[in-house]
Amino acid sequence: MEAATHARDNPLANRLMVIDPARGIAHGTVGELPAWLRAGDLLVVNDAATVPASLRGTFSSAPIELRLAAPTDDPVVWQAVVFGAGDWRTRTEHRPAPPPLAPGDVLRFGDELTATVRRVSERSARMVTVCFAPDGDRFWRLLYALGRPVQYAHAAGDFALYDVQTVYAGRPWSVEMPSAGAPLRWSLLDSLAGIGVAAARLTHAAGLSATGDDALDALLPLPERYEIPPETVDAVNRTRAAGGRVVAVGTSVVRALEGSARTHGALTAGAGETDLRVGEGTARRVVDAVLSGMHEPGTSHFELLTAFVGRGLLQRATAEGEGRGYLVHEFGDSCLVLAA
Amino acid sequence: MNAPRILITGASRGLGRALAFELSRRGARVALVARHAVDLDATVAALRAAGGEAHGLVGDVGAKDDAHRIVGAAAAALGAVDVLVHNASTLGPLPMPLLLDTACEDLAAVLETNLVGPFRLTKIVAGAMALRGAGTVLFVSSDAATSAYPQWGAYGVSKAAADHLMRVWSEELRARGVRFLSVDPGEMDTQMHADALPDADRATLARPEDVARRVADALGDAARFPSGVRFAAQEVL
Repeated sequence: MEAATHARDNPLANRLMVIDPARGIAHGTVGELPAWLRAGDLLVVNDAATVPASLRGTFSSAPIELRLAAPTDDPVVWQAVVFGAGDWRTRTEHRPAPPPLAPGDVLRFGDELTATVRRVSERSARMVTVCFAPDGDRFWRLLYALGRPVQYAHAAGDFALYDVQTVYAGRPWSVEMPSAGAPLRWSLLDSLAGIGVAAARLTHAAGLSATGDDALDALLPLPERYEIPPETVDAVNRTRAAGGRVVAVGTSVVRALEGSARTHGALTAGAGETDLRVGEGTARRVVDAVLSGMHEPGTSHFELLTAFVGRGLLQRATAEGEGRGYLVHEFGDSCLVLAA
Repeated sequence: MNAPRILITGASRGLGRALAFELSRRGARVALVARHAVDLDATVAALRAAGGEAHGLVGDVGAKDDAHRIVGAAAAALGAVDVLVHNASTLGPLPMPLLLDTACEDLAAVLETNLVGPFRLTKIVAGAMALRGAGTVLFVSSDAATSAYPQWGAYGVSKAAADHLMRVWSEELRARGVRFLSVDPGEMDTQMHADALPDADRATLARPEDVARRVADALGDAARFPSGVRFAAQEVL
């Protein structure tokens, strides 16, 4: 499938493929989502705002780009991936490697912001843990002043920070937009509420989708932080008890909900971290359906969908998407996958 | 109940500063926005010295690219925003000109800071509030929004438009539990008042600290000040 290079003016006109093991494959638009859901269903969205996670700077005068990958409990300590010269216009796999880095090395961004390497991953020399200075409010001021959204070579131009936020974004936890929610608009959420489909939220720190390093990409998604509010646990339990379906908006929401249920034995409110890799044969305890972008075989997102429907049906869906010109990536078309 | 998390624009002086102190004294965690780091940092330091949690965010409410920076950094510092106070505003060129003498660009600049800027910030903050089913957005208005004073055209129009923006927003998000208010603070002894009316008798002007106390009372009283209401600070007793 071709990549969407930018957001459509009216994302509610994005295509929606409904993949239903009982009825097969149907085609519509995102704006028609209410036709596929029913009173008592619950939409769960990821309300993480997108951080300007790409910082261009230097290491001992050589140009580098640092892409934040995951926050830690300390606001100025981040896991990050380092690239050599260049920017998003070059495909990640063609980007030159960064200079070799060791603990104690200092990366510089602008006149004031520095990141000191604390640790280099044994799995990839590109993966580091860094500690920024200054800390506190000045860190956030500088990150927002200097950082740009992480983006990839399929894009038509530079994204602004407002291009990569969902309409309900809150805490800045994600280093890439939780893009399954990108086409949602409040008019649609109000229409859904009108037919008895409520929306609940959780926050999940969506990570990088590619690093250009095969060894590192094979590890994606990395363990990701999430936080599930008590009212969302209540809403999910009420929904399931009444026979409604829990519809996760995005694979990050599937991972948070199923990861919490697996860790605690049942969906539990609070913060956590999940390294759950959802795929064929994963026993789902919470999520009945997923609204997601279009994904191609071979990606971890595609694998996640095999926990909902058979691989054969998903492959047929990919072929139909191909034939009908569905678009992939953050501003692409959507699919609603209902469980068998 | 957790401490409310409050974002205040134009918070390094005048009513914004007084509100930051009053809300902080009442237990709020506050994030302050101002254009100039020196005044802002001094206000934040004073709030912290008084025992409060305060964060300073440098930004221009009238600049499109600053909107997500302001809200993002505030949400990073506070976790979420429960109350957004649109206090920053500009009078435009001084002395304030007659409409016939007002450059079109100056009118547009006043609207950008006093109307479009708050619209942008609200758009970013209120979506998360609607999803949580709670939150309050307060616009600081003026009696120039309802009375037609010569030479107060650009400012008055921007405030009247912001009041109406507040009302429509209130209708659209009432069912989602987000509350919108606007307040006419009355004439206060502030730098802005001195800029507008340098010859005023300061003894006749309200102290921003007293007005801030009344505004904080109204914010905390959703029964008396429900969504969609525009009130005068003097009515809050």
